[in-house]
Amino acid sequence: MRYSGRVLTAALAAGILVLAGCGGGDSGGSTGSGPGGISVPKIDKLASLGSGEGEVNIISWAGYVEDGSTDKSVDWVSDFEKETGCKVNNKVAATSDEMVTLMKTGEYDVVSASGDASLRLIYGGDVAPVNTDLVPNYKDVFDGLKNKQWNSVDGVAYGIPHGRGANLLMYRTDVVKPAPTSWGAVFDPSSPYKGKITAYDSPIYIADAALYLMKTKPELGIKNPYALDDTQFKAATDLLTEQNKMIGEYWSDYTKEVQAFKAGNSVLGTTWQIITNLAQADKAPVEAILPSEGATGWSDTWMISSKAKHPNCGYLWMNHIISPKANAAVAEWFGEAPSNKLACEQTSDKNFCKTFHADDEAYFSNVWYWTTPIAQCLDGRKDVTCKDYSAWTQAWTTIKG
Amino acid sequence: MTLSPWARWGLRAFMFLGLVFIYVPLLLVLVNSFNGDRTFAWPPHDFTTRWWSAAWNNSGARDALWTSIKAGLGATAIALILGTMVSFAVQRFKFFGRDTLSLLIILPIALPGIVTGIALDSAWRSVIEPLGLGKGLFSVIVGHATFCVVVVYNNVLARLRRTGTSLEDASADLGASPGQTFRYVTFPLIRSALLAGGLLAFALSFDEIIVTTFTAGPGITTLPIWIFNNLFRPNQAPVVNVVAAILIVLSVIPVWFAQRLAGPETTGSRT
Amino acid sequence: MTVTTKGGGRQAASFLHRHPKLRLAGLLSAPVLWLVVAYLGALAVLLISAFWSVNTFTGDLVKVFTVENFRTLFTEQVYRNVALRSVGVAAAVTAICVVLAVPMAFFMAKVASPKYRHWLVIAILTPLWASYLVKAYAWRVLLANGGPVDWLLGGPGNGPGYGLFAVILVLSYLWLPYMILPIYAGLERLPDSMLEASADLGARAGRTFRAIVLPILVPSIFAGSIFTFSLSLGDFITVQIVGGKTQLIGNVVYANIGAANNLPFAAALATVPVAIMVVYLIAVRRSGALEEL
Repeated sequence: MRYSGRVLTAALAAGILVLAGCGGGDSGGSTGSGPGGISVPKIDKLASLGSGEGEVNIISWAGYVEDGSTDKSVDWVSDFEKETGCKVNNKVAATSDEMVTLMKTGEYDVVSASGDASLRLIYGGDVAPVNTDLVPNYKDVFDGLKNKQWNSVDGVAYGIPHGRGANLLMYRTDVVKPAPTSWGAVFDPSSPYKGKITAYDSPIYIADAALYLMKTKPELGIKNPYALDDTQFKAATDLLTEQNKMIGEYWSDYTKEVQAFKAGNSVLGTTWQIITNLAQADKAPVEAILPSEGATGWSDTWMISSKAKHPNCGYLWMNHIISPKANAAVAEWFGEAPSNKLACEQTSDKNFCKTFHADDEAYFSNVWYWTTPIAQCLDGRKDVTCKDYSAWTQAWTTIKG
Repeated sequence: MTLSPWARWGLRAFMFLGLVFIYVPLLLVLVNSFNGDRTFAWPPHDFTTRWWSAAWNNSGARDALWTSIKAGLGATAIALILGTMVSFAVQRFKFFGRDTLSLLIILPIALPGIVTGIALDSAWRSVIEPLGLGKGLFSVIVGHATFCVVVVYNNVLARLRRTGTSLEDASADLGASPGQTFRYVTFPLIRSALLAGGLLAFALSFDEIIVTTFTAGPGITTLPIWIFNNLFRPNQAPVVNVVAAILIVLSVIPVWFAQRLAGPETTGSRT
Repeated sequence: MTVTTKGGGRQAASFLHRHPKLRLAGLLSAPVLWLVVAYLGALAVLLISAFWSVNTFTGDLVKVFTVENFRTLFTEQVYRNVALRSVGVAAAVTAICVVLAVPMAFFMAKVASPKYRHWLVIAILTPLWASYLVKAYAWRVLLANGGPVDWLLGGPGNGPGYGLFAVILVLSYLWLPYMILPIYAGLERLPDSMLEASADLGARAGRTFRAIVLPILVPSIFAGSIFTFSLSLGDFITVQIVGGKTQLIGNVVYANIGAANNLPFAAALATVPVAIMVVYLIAVRRSGALEEL
């Protein structure tokens, strides 16, 4: 009864405040600055590193933060906890968008954000610039990942690169003949593989269509698949609406994708390197290629919250996770190219970095990393406004019908 | 009802097919927990027990199970208290808004989980969190208790309707204090209803994922959340199958236990 | 509990006994605070936020009144299609569950011997403890190309595959026990003597069914349908797993809250299932279904 008394007090307080909240609905909102004139909120970076606060709250992709509870041999958290005294509380997010939502709560200190989340976090004032001097391992990160459009603004670094990969084209070698070389295979309205084509289930997939149009319809003038004006956007969504008729299913998790290719429900479509490796390990006759048009891809960045309650532990974590050993372990467990040059020597599979093209800058020069589309065109055009991510989201719902 | 033998056999066959329909997928879960293929390819091509040993060594699953049990017990306790209170009020008193209350109490389970989830989530963040109580296990318990109240309420209410108040009146006439009447008369009458309702409340909480997704704080992983996180990773998906297979087997215990305790007349456990 | 205040002493107890209003207030205070203030309060906040908007880039809430969300909702063809499809799925799932559950529950309550009855109830209850996700994934394997269902139907590609039909099938599977149990409980309360009396009076099985069983059955079915209908209406995970390229209203709500971080629009979308369920509840209340849950 005592316990329930406390519960009730809390519930009562909640109710009163809910009602009070209704009255003052417009207090404390954003200033409503439109996407046309956005500027980055001024947030100071941490000047010097103090001692750890005893814990750190992390948002990550599944497989980025492993403490041995999944598999005893997969553990790069326990040592960190022992060395620094920072207890790691991890929350796995399923999508980039969930990460943004969670970071807005202010409950978390660091996040492994992909490029389609990072800019939103930066402009939303949810993350602080990173003082890279406080992250000793930063110097060993591949130059191709430093100070890019998705992890910095005006030369100010907002995060520590973690790893990268490309969205490849996978096909069943026993069904799809001849082997595809172009994304045209998944956009062909008279494809013989109708009903067995798959695509990634996210608004960001619109960029894949834009990339294809960029190479095949130069008259549209697409310079960056994440910067689409009205005409270009319509061309891309039209292409996807057409493609929807050919699609068997959209995928978002990779057990589903491996299983679909293995069973033959899907025979052709976008994939990640790790999915291909797993399918091949299960003896599915599949192959993945980087098509002639190049591909979209992702590059993840560890960022620190502007409201971090444990900034010192947060910095210690960011340094730890890109240390050669931890970075190699994550890259192998998750299946992506590591960001630290020295990590390649630490992988258990000596060919790992080669398989994932970790140091192959030529390979990654054909990859357009996920970036949040904003109204200010990312390709530098000033005379038009581009479609922003909410327009992409609504269009994606419409495409799926 | 006098059914023809033909009708009886028809019903028996239907029941059998229904149970086949219910159990074939569960059997498949069990079979796949020994399937060497990471994504459950059919037919299973090699037999392995490595998923079982992996599950045995998986402390994440054990922690998640423990979290789920704590959340379930917390939610069930609150549901039992609140549900019993409302059912007594509704059965023993007439008051303004009684019909509305009985409709309202059903609302949390009748509205889709995603609605309850985002409503509680945004309310918690805008109201309770500023008071210094962040989301954690407690917010999960609150979310679950909200939709569990109704099952306790319905079970207890039905029992109260059936038993009436004559025994309690007799007890009071014989000089028992209200406390004694409750302990020796009322409580034994509603005990099995509480048990049935409580068990169902626990089961609802135990397998809840949608509301939990929205109300769990950092680091809180209930078993369904753990399953959700791991099912979508091929290296882990078979381990999930093992955990599910164990759950199915273990679940017979509470169900059987409740059946024994509740006695034959409440077998239905009145969902 | 409060009504008898075990440790409260005789005086307080008898005081309460003489003042029923106080007893009532004591009984109602906590539940009403919880449900009305906390739960309805939360729903109200959600409804209000449906009239806000979101800064599309930073994702911050803009708390200025606008009906833009509802305008989009009602003018865009796609949302109408998704809403209708979702209601259709929920109705189909409910219908399938009724068709399967009535004979099964009848067998359990009236045909099976009391000895087996226990085991049958246990058999129906047990699957509720196996994880929902695991069961849905098991169906993904069953329905896969060349999987057991295909094989049963004569070869790869012969089965239904993934899509709308698979969603209806799997949801029916998942929610079937929630339909069987209330129907069983209702039928079990029906005394066998009444059925015998009806037969003795010369009524055929069909007549007995209509006159005696049906009046018991209808509220129980409605009670079960509240579960099957609402659980189907809000589901988005099964749809992701076996739905192929299908999307239902739950997916769109989830995409807008989880993916687009657009709480106001998600809230506006969420009013659709809320409205449908409230109307449904009020409609079935007359049948006495709400007491059969």
